[in-house]
Amino acid sequence: MTQLWDFAGGIHPAENKHQSTALPIRAAGIPDRLVLPLQQHIGEPAAAIVSVGDRVLKGEKIADVTNGMGVPVHAPTSGVIESIAELPVPHPSGMNDWCITLKPDGEDQWTARQPVSDYRSLERNQVLELIRDGGISGMGGAGFPTNIKLRPPRDRKVDTLILNGAECEPYITADDMTMREQADEIVAGLKVMAWILRPERCVIAIEDNKPEAVEAMRAATKGTQIELAAIPTKYPSGGEKQLIQILTGMEVPSGGIPADIGVMCQNIGTAVAVSRLIFEGRPLISRIVTITGEAVQEPGNFEALIGTPVQYLLDQAGLQPEKVNRLVLGGPMMGYTLTTTAVPVIKTSNCVIAATAAELPTPPPEQPCIRCGECAEVCPMELLPQQLFWYSKAAEFEKAEHLNLFDCIECGACSYVCPSSIPLVQYYRYAKGEIRVQRAEQLKADRARERFEARQERLEREQQEKEQRRKERAKAAAEAQAKKKAEAEKAATEGDAVDERSAKAALVQQALARKKAKTEVAKPQAPAAEPAQEKPDLEALEKQLAQAQSKLETMQGMLEDAKAQQADNVEKLERAVAKNHDRVTRAEEALADARQQLASQPESQSTE
Amino acid sequence: MAFAQQSSPHAHHARPTSRVMLWVIIAALPGLFAQTVFFGWGNLINVVWCVALAMACEAAILKLRNKPIGFFLKDNTAAVTGLLLGLSLPQFAPWWVSGIAVVSAIVVAKQLYGGLGSNPFNPAMVGYALVLISFPVAMTTNWAEPALLWKGAPGFSETLSTIASAKQTAVDGWTMATPLDEYKHKIANRTAAEVLQHPTFGNGIARGWEWVNAGFLAGGLLLVLLRIITWHIPVGFLAGLAAMSLAFGSNADQYAPLSMHLLAGGTMLGAFFIATDPVSAATSHQGKLIYGAGIGVLIYLIRTWGSYPDAVAFSVLLMNFAVPFIDHYTPPRTYGHHKARRGVPSRKQG
Repeated sequence: MTQLWDFAGGIHPAENKHQSTALPIRAAGIPDRLVLPLQQHIGEPAAAIVSVGDRVLKGEKIADVTNGMGVPVHAPTSGVIESIAELPVPHPSGMNDWCITLKPDGEDQWTARQPVSDYRSLERNQVLELIRDGGISGMGGAGFPTNIKLRPPRDRKVDTLILNGAECEPYITADDMTMREQADEIVAGLKVMAWILRPERCVIAIEDNKPEAVEAMRAATKGTQIELAAIPTKYPSGGEKQLIQILTGMEVPSGGIPADIGVMCQNIGTAVAVSRLIFEGRPLISRIVTITGEAVQEPGNFEALIGTPVQYLLDQAGLQPEKVNRLVLGGPMMGYTLTTTAVPVIKTSNCVIAATAAELPTPPPEQPCIRCGECAEVCPMELLPQQLFWYSKAAEFEKAEHLNLFDCIECGACSYVCPSSIPLVQYYRYAKGEIRVQRAEQLKADRARERFEARQERLEREQQEKEQRRKERAKAAAEAQAKKKAEAEKAATEGDAVDERSAKAALVQQALARKKAKTEVAKPQAPAAEPAQEKPDLEALEKQLAQAQSKLETMQGMLEDAKAQQADNVEKLERAVAKNHDRVTRAEEALADARQQLASQPESQSTE
Repeated sequence: MAFAQQSSPHAHHARPTSRVMLWVIIAALPGLFAQTVFFGWGNLINVVWCVALAMACEAAILKLRNKPIGFFLKDNTAAVTGLLLGLSLPQFAPWWVSGIAVVSAIVVAKQLYGGLGSNPFNPAMVGYALVLISFPVAMTTNWAEPALLWKGAPGFSETLSTIASAKQTAVDGWTMATPLDEYKHKIANRTAAEVLQHPTFGNGIARGWEWVNAGFLAGGLLLVLLRIITWHIPVGFLAGLAAMSLAFGSNADQYAPLSMHLLAGGTMLGAFFIATDPVSAATSHQGKLIYGAGIGVLIYLIRTWGSYPDAVAFSVLLMNFAVPFIDHYTPPRTYGHHKARRGVPSRKQG
């Protein structure tokens, strides 16, 4: 018997599971259109590798992630790519995202499949690559790429591999029915994962409210080393952290991952997907979805192709549209409401609840918190929800963080029991969002400051280098001068000093004679020569002025743009404009001078 | 079709505040019944008067504050405050004394601080302490003599007219010092055996009072059983009081014995109904234990060495002051953390 531990808090909400376990899993068939979001996992979105109009075969890769973490998307059936556009996707915000729309041709024609008969003959990395290529991401919750999860950091050895079949959320029975009907595939997939990780312990955990599933798994694991743990039914026992605590008594360190304490959790559906990929060569193109709620007549589980619109599945389950009040994707504790039935089933969609108003009634209006502490009694993370609420509402995020806001798993147990009907989880999400925004802004501001400081430093350095160079040049020049002088002195000392002095005197005399002659000749000649020289000068000056003006204009334009954009080169541009302005003034002055001279010259000429 | 948009969780199964408060009222009935049996109609009349006035004050202030009156009145919290005052005031306290207590409880201690959930002090105890300090005569001389309702106690109409009169004191023959008062003031120059001769003690510990306390204990246990309160505050409270009594007051010729501390006066009412007001109490389990123990210790200190015979109101109010401090230093250890994060977040520099 597997030893079990208890986790703090927890609640026992009405299970509402029997409604959807009456019928076996039904094949949903092929809808008219399949809408395949490019992002169905945590990480980078995939990029389409097909074009509109392409015909694709079932299982063909149609989108892949080439850069960063992520897994490819495959065509769930054969057909033609109809569009690649932004369409509504399953998301709490009801947003649109890029999706490939596939129009099935009804032939359901497979692409070439490559099942692996003996995966043990492959390298572990090769199997991980196959899992990535098969588009497998966690099918229980967040959709973390399975190949990455199965490769924990080098220094982290996984001792315990847990297959999470707890399915603690009310209404959802997808894992329950999978365990009942596909137990062998689950075990086969688990064995592949265990082969990759080589854990010492392999446990399948199932809440004890699913005796049929426990029996089916017991039969399938007979004769293996795999442990089977029927854990007490208490929400949220299927939360990763809680399940690890139940099975090992250990806690995942805050901010860490289970591998930090040598544990890994995988989902039931993920195990089936791995098995089908390895042994059938079938990528992740379908999943089991529970369609339930009082607004459908035949609730149950469907094997649905990824991309099947929710409306199609609701119709198959006998939807009574007039009865639907709230449409929840996921469970009633952590799921989110849908705005439209057009959204497709994706790799992480496990349940759709078409609830009537009486089934999931609108909660009564929020009352003041009286700090009764019921929330703290049920919190599985041992937080103080009432204090977190107080600080979140008062926007005292620092204090909320201090009380470990970010350890909240948003299981909703606190809101479930709140006598004042306070949507506590919503307040925590708000606070977390605000803190994330603040952190991002802080990071941005820090970077800007670093950039500014680096720039200041660089400018200073450049200035210093300039100064340095100038000094070096001056020094070099002084040295050259000194050298020349020294050489001259050397020559003087070596040669005849008297000869040199007489030679110098002769040179001076010659120069004087030349100058005298020049002035005598130049006097009558100068006025005649000058106009001829000035005329082309005027043209050149005008050209210079025009150039300077146009340059000034462009500079001013640039400056204005820079100012409008608040760019950081405004200062530089301002200096440049000032410089150009001076240049224009100088050119104008020069031109004016030249013109004046030109105007006065004919006069002087006539007087001559 | 448009679907309802809600944030998770979508399922709720709460016991609304109004029902929680209703359970508190129900749980107080055994104590009230014992009070009526042993001390006459006084408490019952006080309860009715205080509850009615508390509801009226709440409604009036809600109207002034432009808040939905029905929505807040239906939470029954004003009724509980009135009830607690009615249960703890002297049986023959004149109507205007209890009235002042209720008005200051609801208007000042509760609504002026922001209404339900925002009051740092226990409203009923603010009202009680205010009238205790302001009208010491009315608050100490109006305790009914223990007499069975059907045997010697003043009748309903007599009680009502006494309460309705403007005088501070009731008829002498109907009133008697409380056991705690009597013991405290007589033990200085007498032995315990001599003191206990006084009829207020009866044959047991404190005539009538022991049954009243037993009634509130029973009701309190019901609240714990229903998980409306946790055991931490009452246990801390009683343990603190008992520990002090055992440590300092083992000599009955000097100090009131432990049995009297536990079963006379407002001990059980205080431990299960007053100190457990969640709004003004500490938050975590550890904090609740400390908070309760603090009240117990203070009660012993004031009863023994202070000038008041009983001290639930003062002790609760003093510990209310300490609640923010206690809360900062007693958070639980969160899953995945080595230890609890005590204290207040240190401001990051920069």
